[in-house]
Amino acid sequence: MASQEILREEPSRASFINDPKVRSLVFQAVVVVVLGALVWWIVQNTIDNLQRLHIASGFGFLRGRAGFDISDSAIAYTSDSTYGRAIVVGFINTLIVAAAGIVTATIIGFIVGVGRLSRNWLIRKICMVYVEVFRNIPPLLVIFFWYSGVLSVLPAPRDSYHLPFGSFLNQRGFYFPRAMWGEGSWLILVAFLVGIAMAWFVARKAHQRQMATGQQFPVFWTSLALVVGLPVLAYALSGFPLSFDFPKQSTFNLTGGFQVKPEFLSLYLALSCYTAAFIAEIVRAGIMGVSKGQTEAAGALGVRPGSILRLVVVPQAMRIVIPPLTSQYLNLTKNSSLAIAIGYPDLTATAGTVLNQTGQAIECVLIMMVVYLVLSLVTSAVMNVVNARMALVER
Amino acid sequence: MKHIAIGILGAAALGLTATAASAGTLDTVKQKGFIQCGVSTGLAGFSAPDDKGDWQGIDADFCRAVAGAVFGDGTKVKFTPLSAKERFTALQSGEVDILSRNTTWTINRDTALGLNFIGVTYYDGQGFMINAKKLPGVNSALQLSGAAVCVQSGTTTELNLADYFKSNKMEYNPVVFEKLEEVNAAYDAGRCDVYTTDQSGLYGIRLTLGAPADHVVLPEIISKEPLGPAVRQGDDQWYHIVKWTYFALLQAEELGITKANVEEMKTSDNPEIKRVLGQEADTKIGTDLGVSNDWVVNIVKAVGNYGEMFERNVGSGSPLKIARGINALWTKGGLQYAPPIR
Repeated sequence: MASQEILREEPSRASFINDPKVRSLVFQAVVVVVLGALVWWIVQNTIDNLQRLHIASGFGFLRGRAGFDISDSAIAYTSDSTYGRAIVVGFINTLIVAAAGIVTATIIGFIVGVGRLSRNWLIRKICMVYVEVFRNIPPLLVIFFWYSGVLSVLPAPRDSYHLPFGSFLNQRGFYFPRAMWGEGSWLILVAFLVGIAMAWFVARKAHQRQMATGQQFPVFWTSLALVVGLPVLAYALSGFPLSFDFPKQSTFNLTGGFQVKPEFLSLYLALSCYTAAFIAEIVRAGIMGVSKGQTEAAGALGVRPGSILRLVVVPQAMRIVIPPLTSQYLNLTKNSSLAIAIGYPDLTATAGTVLNQTGQAIECVLIMMVVYLVLSLVTSAVMNVVNARMALVER
Repeated sequence: MKHIAIGILGAAALGLTATAASAGTLDTVKQKGFIQCGVSTGLAGFSAPDDKGDWQGIDADFCRAVAGAVFGDGTKVKFTPLSAKERFTALQSGEVDILSRNTTWTINRDTALGLNFIGVTYYDGQGFMINAKKLPGVNSALQLSGAAVCVQSGTTTELNLADYFKSNKMEYNPVVFEKLEEVNAAYDAGRCDVYTTDQSGLYGIRLTLGAPADHVVLPEIISKEPLGPAVRQGDDQWYHIVKWTYFALLQAEELGITKANVEEMKTSDNPEIKRVLGQEADTKIGTDLGVSNDWVVNIVKAVGNYGEMFERNVGSGSPLKIARGINALWTKGGLQYAPPIR
């Protein structure tokens, strides 16, 4: 105790130059001031240079008429829309391909990851080859593989492959009938939502009952009946309001129906396959991280192998899996900017076009950087919440 | 991705260059001993590397002409291939000294981008190309409603395309790529029905396709595309050198000065020829411009006159076989006209 008191009092006796607290404060202040000055100098210098070179600056250009068209747009967009809207269109396209890619990559990744631990030699080896192939090829090449190697060798629109349900596959993409919802179809949506809500409620009750009495309830089949059956019932009751717009042959392309363009398809497939290889390894590591005693204990209690995986191994593995999974989701989102190589109008592509049409490079690059940063931060925030919940359940 | 890298580099360059008056481009160029010339990534007739890796074409030759004026040696040029998206940033940030890359002169580029176009080295217009074998019966651009159209992003072509289909109330499906090679590959693979770019470009691209004979260029020209070299704003001396190099090329053709006869023309009795070639006593035309007085001789020795440059790269001496048309001299009914060198 005594020695501690001496240590605590010593600084106050010495000159404040030797006080570590004061020192650290001073040094931090100096660093902040220097950094601030540096940033200010760069910004000021940039503005001066832009003015000297007579290059327009500022964000006013975002309100100007874009004048170019974008092939894939989830929101209303024409060449009369603004540059700002063009960037938003690109941003939404990035979100779509990233979200679709994340879902698919996770599904493939989990299947392959579990497959690598399978007792079946063939499944194990197939999954290993998948991981080693896709993990070791740059994502850009995987995109080109799908775009130039697979999708562009499909037949021309006139000789499309006819697939079931009136859908077509050709080098312009995948066409399938578009559902045309007639009057009263809102009832189906409501029924669907009610079905989901009821299924969730049933699952909760069944879980509570099992916890209390040990009796099981066929949750899966009941839920399926609710989620599928209710909308079908509503469909019949509202007088079958659904019709389909089938793709048809016209002079140049197939018209009508819904078209998924090859640019989107190849980017989506490439990102999914590529990231799935990494996710598979993460899942494998997660499962292997759960001690073998857990499986054996569950087996000794008579739990079936499927249930062991679902109820004992996976929940514990998730704690190991989720943090690196977040990194993979971020990687996938950022890799989606490779879309530019095959002409999918994502954020990088549309903002790049805006950059070129307006010449405002600094502003456009800044917008892209900020958007990707925010997107990544939001993704990791969401994953942190998921992670926190997983961890709590375990304790 | 590369354009972002250039964008960031450009931003960094703009942020970090000292605000104090930077040295003029002429001094910088003389100091480093060559001109950095921004060209396309490969467009036959304008700027494309040949089988030895040397850049050929009108745009490439124009930079050699400027090198001739500045150094008396047309080989002192280094080429930087740029995509449509990268080109302006590359010029703004000082990565290239001249942008000679089949670039359309527009008011926006002249005013808001900090560029100065020096003139029109090639008068062009936007056209459409289709595969006549796959689309028999299509002989006008007005029949293209519903087509998938391949186009390069960040070009005036992309904007004209949108305007043309809108004003004719036609639908289309844009298939947009950043690089010319990507557009070519997509069109050749049948990803789109129509290829649109400057008409001269279409003729050049047609030669590179798998079966050139199957493709036809439709007759419609939907826009004015005056293509010319550009330099940075705020450096009048360099702007004048590049601009007058272009005029000298025209003037040489008008006076019948060619690569072959330039030496004997020096002793011509015609006072105008003597003046242009810097043979007048006590002439200061060249030195006032910032180059030597025999600058026109050097230009013509480097690439010949404008007519020679045209015929060699896109005209009768090339596989493109494009007629002079409106690119003929004003004396022959064309638009190419140079103010007097005196």
